[in-house]
Amino acid sequence: MIAPFNEYGLLSDGAGLWIALVIGLGFGWCLERAGMGSARKLAGQFYLTDLTVFKVMFTAILTAMLGVFWLGWLGVLNIGRVYVPETFILPQLVGGVVFGIGFAAAGLCPGTSCVSAVTGRGDGAMAVLGMFTGIFATGIFFGSLESFYNSTARGQLTLPAVFHVSYGIVVFAIVLVALAGFFIAERLERRAQIRGERPA
Amino acid sequence: MSSAVAPLVEARERWLTAIVPRPYANPYLMGFGLGLVLLSAFVIMGRGLGASGAFASGAASVAATITPDRARASHYFARYLGADGGPRVDWLVVELLGVSIGGLLSALLAGRVRATIERGPRISRRSRLALAYGGGGIMGVGAVLARGCTSGQALTGGALLSVGSWLFVVGAFAAAYAVAPLLRREWT
Repeated sequence: MIAPFNEYGLLSDGAGLWIALVIGLGFGWCLERAGMGSARKLAGQFYLTDLTVFKVMFTAILTAMLGVFWLGWLGVLNIGRVYVPETFILPQLVGGVVFGIGFAAAGLCPGTSCVSAVTGRGDGAMAVLGMFTGIFATGIFFGSLESFYNSTARGQLTLPAVFHVSYGIVVFAIVLVALAGFFIAERLERRAQIRGERPA
Repeated sequence: MSSAVAPLVEARERWLTAIVPRPYANPYLMGFGLGLVLLSAFVIMGRGLGASGAFASGAASVAATITPDRARASHYFARYLGADGGPRVDWLVVELLGVSIGGLLSALLAGRVRATIERGPRISRRSRLALAYGGGGIMGVGAVLARGCTSGQALTGGALLSVGSWLFVVGAFAAAYAVAPLLRREWT
């Protein structure tokens, strides 16, 4: 096991921030190239006329998920030392619902709003400002939300643990679901094209 | 339109049409690229990507500057501040700076940088900007509650099979599909 490099002390002090910059560059590049700086394009996901969001997101999830799985299997990556976001069932479900309402209204999410703003879109800049305002206000009034925020804590709970199956089975199931999703996404886009809701 | 500005307007039009924006890349290819970026973050840093966390860090720094007592009192902001209660440089802030530079570079090279407000034909600029701002604000509240957004939860936690992250994805997309029909005027 040699990875995560940072966890095995293979990085010098200060290297982390340079890596943050390079990783960010790659992240922003891919988002912009795929057209995810455009709110209209992202909103197409919610009207089933342009499923770029689904395709990019799920291809990325599949790639990283399979990479982690195979590197772990080969003994290169110690999965136990990669930080898995902790589960808080209710706040994450409710937070997701609130987030989704804002996502549909803005047509952008936090990362894509930055790409939208720097590429000249005024709506992207407003979404960035709005995000900042929302987080600032919630942070200031955090005291009244704190007990809910910390409720239904389950620690680093993963899907294999919940369904009592092996890691590989879950990975395989997600791959199958995503492939079916890609197939449906292509059909939906073709339908939208025929109806004239989407440029050819 | 007065004749004095007509040549300028014409020059602007010519300049704008001279730059033909290149079409976007294949979404599967870009998703694969994004997945490799995410995988590199796991392998190098032992952590994934994020975006709302950078906003939280920025908000915490602003709060610590203008209302230090309230910033310290907020357990949400406290984790983004240094031991002295002042601002500190967060990994995600640098990463999101990279996202902005990377997005700009990509758009510049493809001739896609243009001052616009994206909206449908039936909505005013002002309404679209208000919806973008309001939507951003609502997303901010949701991202605090969910401990992350489409980057930190959906992509990162999704790839690591976190239960909470998948709950976030289900909640976010279900809600977006539920309210989207009410917002159709925004785009078409």
